Amino acid sequence: MSAAQTRQGTVSLSGAELRRGPRTLWSGLDLDIHPGEFVAVLGPNGSGKTTLLQVLLGLLPLSAGEVRVHGEEPARGSSAVGYIPQQRALDPLTPLRGRDLVGLGLDGHRWGPGLRGRAARRRQVHAALAQVDALDYADAPVGSLSGGEQQRLRVAQALVGDPSLLLADEPLLSLDLARQREVVDLVDRRRRTHDTAVVFVTHELNPVLPVVDRILYLVDGRFRIGTPDEVMTSENLTELYRTDVEVVRVRGRILVVGAEDAPVHHHEEPAAGRQEVGAR
Amino acid sequence: MSTTLELLDVGFVRQALLAGAVLALLAGLLGPLVVGRGMAFAVHGTAELSFAGGAGALLLFGAGAVGWGALVGAVLVALVFGALGLAAHERDSVIGVLLSFGLGLGVLFQSLYTGRSANKFGLLVGQIVGVDTGDLVSLAVTGVVVVGVLGVAYRPLLFASLDPTMAAARGVPVRALSIAFAVLLGATTALGVQIVGALLVLSLLITPAAAAARVTASPLVATVLAVVFAEVAVLGGIVLSLAPGLPISPFVAGIAFVTYLICRVVGSLRTRRRASRTRVPASSTATSTSSQSTLASQSPRPRS
Repeated sequence: MSAAQTRQGTVSLSGAELRRGPRTLWSGLDLDIHPGEFVAVLGPNGSGKTTLLQVLLGLLPLSAGEVRVHGEEPARGSSAVGYIPQQRALDPLTPLRGRDLVGLGLDGHRWGPGLRGRAARRRQVHAALAQVDALDYADAPVGSLSGGEQQRLRVAQALVGDPSLLLADEPLLSLDLARQREVVDLVDRRRRTHDTAVVFVTHELNPVLPVVDRILYLVDGRFRIGTPDEVMTSENLTELYRTDVEVVRVRGRILVVGAEDAPVHHHEEPAAGRQEVGAR
Repeated sequence: MSTTLELLDVGFVRQALLAGAVLALLAGLLGPLVVGRGMAFAVHGTAELSFAGGAGALLLFGAGAVGWGALVGAVLVALVFGALGLAAHERDSVIGVLLSFGLGLGVLFQSLYTGRSANKFGLLVGQIVGVDTGDLVSLAVTGVVVVGVLGVAYRPLLFASLDPTMAAARGVPVRALSIAFAVLLGATTALGVQIVGALLVLSLLITPAAAAARVTASPLVATVLAVVFAEVAVLGGIVLSLAPGLPISPFVAGIAFVTYLICRVVGSLRTRRRASRTRVPASSTATSTSSQSTLASQSPRPRS
């Protein structure tokens, strides 16, 4: 299912293993992601979904195996990789406007006064805002915007560096259905027009189901990789969760029943992992 | 009025104005970051330990060492606060613990000190007229260092302060910057303690930036405004304090407070205007809430 690809992928993991303390989150992970491919990463809390993104961002080394992004070791702050964080409301008094938030995504990690190239920077920020239709509120304080608007700005912030790999960590969380669809559409449009590969961590498959090429389903160190039809079967998920799980297809949606009873080890892993990313 | 003009010609008043101007510049530059990081309480704690350091130095080595004592106290404690990062709950209680300890220590040092009493109270309420050439030199050095570090690290610092999750994901060394920022803050606070006193450092490091944040969301404009507000408060405070011969801190704090009030009023008027402008599409919010509940019931997410 995860046979090594001959064509050079945007992301290439081979024999990848990640341990956190005594616990192995996943091991033997082989995955090649091609330009323009949309890969959804599913699984319960603590299965190492966010950790996978941290590896691709160059924030965490693998415990074993190899990871390549554009043929090289993942580098921190690479503009070839865009990142959309979880939708979390920004503080109402955050002293930033929409365009400042997007601008930080472009050069917030750079040192020096950054006085040169202001005009080019302004154009890039403007283009990113236009790509997500956020120009109307680009000058409003970010804290005054709705969750959907803030998440659009997050997409612009991830796209402003013109990445060829886009990583998204549960970007749909706490958005309503219409806003979820908007964010998915933006990401889908981007990968179709720019051949940007997408790794999309999500709890909910259905909002992204129409656009997903492949799924990486992680449960407690076990995983499956393949198209939604290949992965999302009762048999597969029963094996992954080690309990009776039924996958039902209703009106183009996929419902998973029984996974919540699975004896998955939580360990509060995702919270700890997130602390690593954000110091707040 | 004429007394004020006469006094403005006196050498030590000029030195005081110069020192105040440099301090206000630094406070205005750092203020928006302090406010953005939610570190107002940390500034207060740093000021109290800077006071303890200054008082200790006064007791042990005399008036000439006060500046160094204040600097050492402030930077040491700022390092502790910086290492605590942005985890607000833990940080607040640690600051409370250290702050009260520092204050107690400072009071002890002061009561043991038998020299001139003006030296004692200066650290608490400010004694800008006591600024001498040595102070000006240390002020200038601190100023150059703070401005230099900000010039190099301002963007990552802003990123790490306001959007830490993204900053970390982009490879910004959030923790190291937190410590570096704490050192800058400590050095600036130590200068502030000697000029406006430990009790009122907040009126320079927090109030102008908090006022600016009420009227603009642009980091650049906020910083410029914070510098202007801080300069007006310090220079205005010094000038107003000359004729009555009172300490400068009540004047500095008073001007800063009035600026803040004005900015709050302006800011809330503007928010109200913006709200009334955008409050048109009420129907779309109604549909979005109803779809939220449909989503919850149809969600394939394994819920426990």
